Amino acid sequence: MKKFLAQRFVFAIMSLVAATLIVFVLSRMAGDPLLLYAKPGGYGMSEEQIAALSEKLALDRPLIVQYFIWLGRVVTGDFGVTLLAERDVRTVVFEKLGATIQLGIAAFVLATLIGIPLGVVSAIARGTVWDYFGRTFALLGQATPSFFMGIVGILIFAVTLDWLPPGGRPVDESFWPHQVRALALPTLTLGLLPAAGYLRLTRSSMLEVLDSEYVKLARAKGVNVNTVIWKHAFRNALIPPITVSALILIGFLEGSVLVESVFAWPGVGRLAVDSIHNNDFPLLTGVIFMFAILYVAGSFLADMLYLVIDPRIRYD
Amino acid sequence: MATDTASVASTAQSPTTSDQQSFFSKLWYVLRRWPVIPIIVVALLIFMALSAPWLAPYGQDEQNLRARQAPPIWYTEFYEENERVTDRFILGADHLGRDILTRIMYGARISLAVAGISLVVGMAVGATLGMVSGFYGKLFDELMMRLVDVWNASPFLLIAILAAIVFGQSVTVLLVLLILATWAGVVRNVRAEVLTLKTRDYVAYSRVAGGSDLRIMWRHLTPGLINTVVVLITLRVGGLILTEAGLSFLGAGVPSNIPTWGNMVSDARQYLNTAWWMAVFPGMAILLIVMSVNFIGDWLRDRWDPRLRQL
Repeated sequence: MKKFLAQRFVFAIMSLVAATLIVFVLSRMAGDPLLLYAKPGGYGMSEEQIAALSEKLALDRPLIVQYFIWLGRVVTGDFGVTLLAERDVRTVVFEKLGATIQLGIAAFVLATLIGIPLGVVSAIARGTVWDYFGRTFALLGQATPSFFMGIVGILIFAVTLDWLPPGGRPVDESFWPHQVRALALPTLTLGLLPAAGYLRLTRSSMLEVLDSEYVKLARAKGVNVNTVIWKHAFRNALIPPITVSALILIGFLEGSVLVESVFAWPGVGRLAVDSIHNNDFPLLTGVIFMFAILYVAGSFLADMLYLVIDPRIRYD
Repeated sequence: MATDTASVASTAQSPTTSDQQSFFSKLWYVLRRWPVIPIIVVALLIFMALSAPWLAPYGQDEQNLRARQAPPIWYTEFYEENERVTDRFILGADHLGRDILTRIMYGARISLAVAGISLVVGMAVGATLGMVSGFYGKLFDELMMRLVDVWNASPFLLIAILAAIVFGQSVTVLLVLLILATWAGVVRNVRAEVLTLKTRDYVAYSRVAGGSDLRIMWRHLTPGLINTVVVLITLRVGGLILTEAGLSFLGAGVPSNIPTWGNMVSDARQYLNTAWWMAVFPGMAILLIVMSVNFIGDWLRDRWDPRLRQL
């Protein structure tokens, strides 16, 4: 167990180094780093400014040294200031994090509430209309591009029916109904794909468990059907869906990039896209670094969940 | 899913005594057994893509500024009221008066070609690395597996966008990015397969007969891997099309003057209030093809390689 933890820790560090290395190399390939800081209006920086920047970025040193200096600053949380508004990158990112977390949690709850019950029903009523409904839902959910789903949602519920706002996040308005209404479409859009994933996973693992010997035994000795399904089968069938839930949460990060830009949801995903359109490199680096940390933490969590939930698994 | 369809099918009447069966129950039997409809859909879309220069009603960039946002052909009032619009647009026209159907057909060329090329190259790279990894083992194997882990733990979408900015938007950059998105998905599966295949007797015989490593890998291991790789390809193609469309949508894919399905949906965002057809039809095209290939992939997997069921 300790060995496993140590291995995972080393791996987490390696992942972070790799992600930052990619970002660093790409950001250096973007051209002279000094030019990034030259404003369109005042192109000519003063000699002192250039010297100070060169000193800070260590541009006269070998590339590998530059990387470690850059990494050192990044690790201590110094991402610099955004190019556009010249604000601290960390502050800007943390400001937007709340909106993304709110959306992520809502979508996660929705995906769980739709995917797992439908998966169970689909498995126990296999071959019936319910099963076909569940499988069609899964097929559709996995094939619909989230941005397209979002646009169709806006088209139907905002443009045509005028029930829900087409986007934005009304922070100043009351939670109910305004904020919830604004949250509805992005949540649906972000939650659809994981709902389909949960459904497939729950269905296949439920089918597998229902086919196992101990379930047959329970049935043979006359245990009530509902008890067999919910007490014997369902609990064990939940192992795969629960263990992937950490990965699904990570997937929301990537999903949020698309969904937030469709709905103008002021979260981290949209921040990333905006920073790209504004060529705001320090900001983008900060966002990617934060994503990488969450990624690594998420996959670590996924491994831990396996251990906690399924005692049969031992990483030794 | 094959087990499902098989069991469901076996409870239906046997097809050999089908004289009493109606045409529809026979049809239903075939449809449940084989992915007929998805195959037809994919074939049609590929045909549309290939024949775009000959069958498309208009040119790819042909504009008709009088017919900006002209609705689909069944909005007959529009065409009656605007007599000066002599062209007819089956699926409507976009904000520059370009025909949506034409652009969907041309878009299919790019979208499908990009997905196809990157998938084949990415799979070939991944399968080769997996084979070498499993065959030689030791340090290379260890490094390879860690590399795959690390890559899978990276925020691909953001790195892709970053790369698109640094290198500029082009089809080449997109291809490289999509290959990068693909390769890591096969290494592990192929490696696992090779680990069992290489202990087979025929591999040992070949070794005794003086077969080189290369010969063993190519003549004796590769044939055993084809099922797995083909199944993985069909399972991944849908996701790859979605990735390509997503990148185009975010402005990090194919340059926006080239019609792709993702670009078309992206353009349409500003005109949702006035021209729903601009977004809906290209989006439906993506949805249709991804759903079809996923369906075929599921079916192939259950037939050829049920061990991959976790995917």
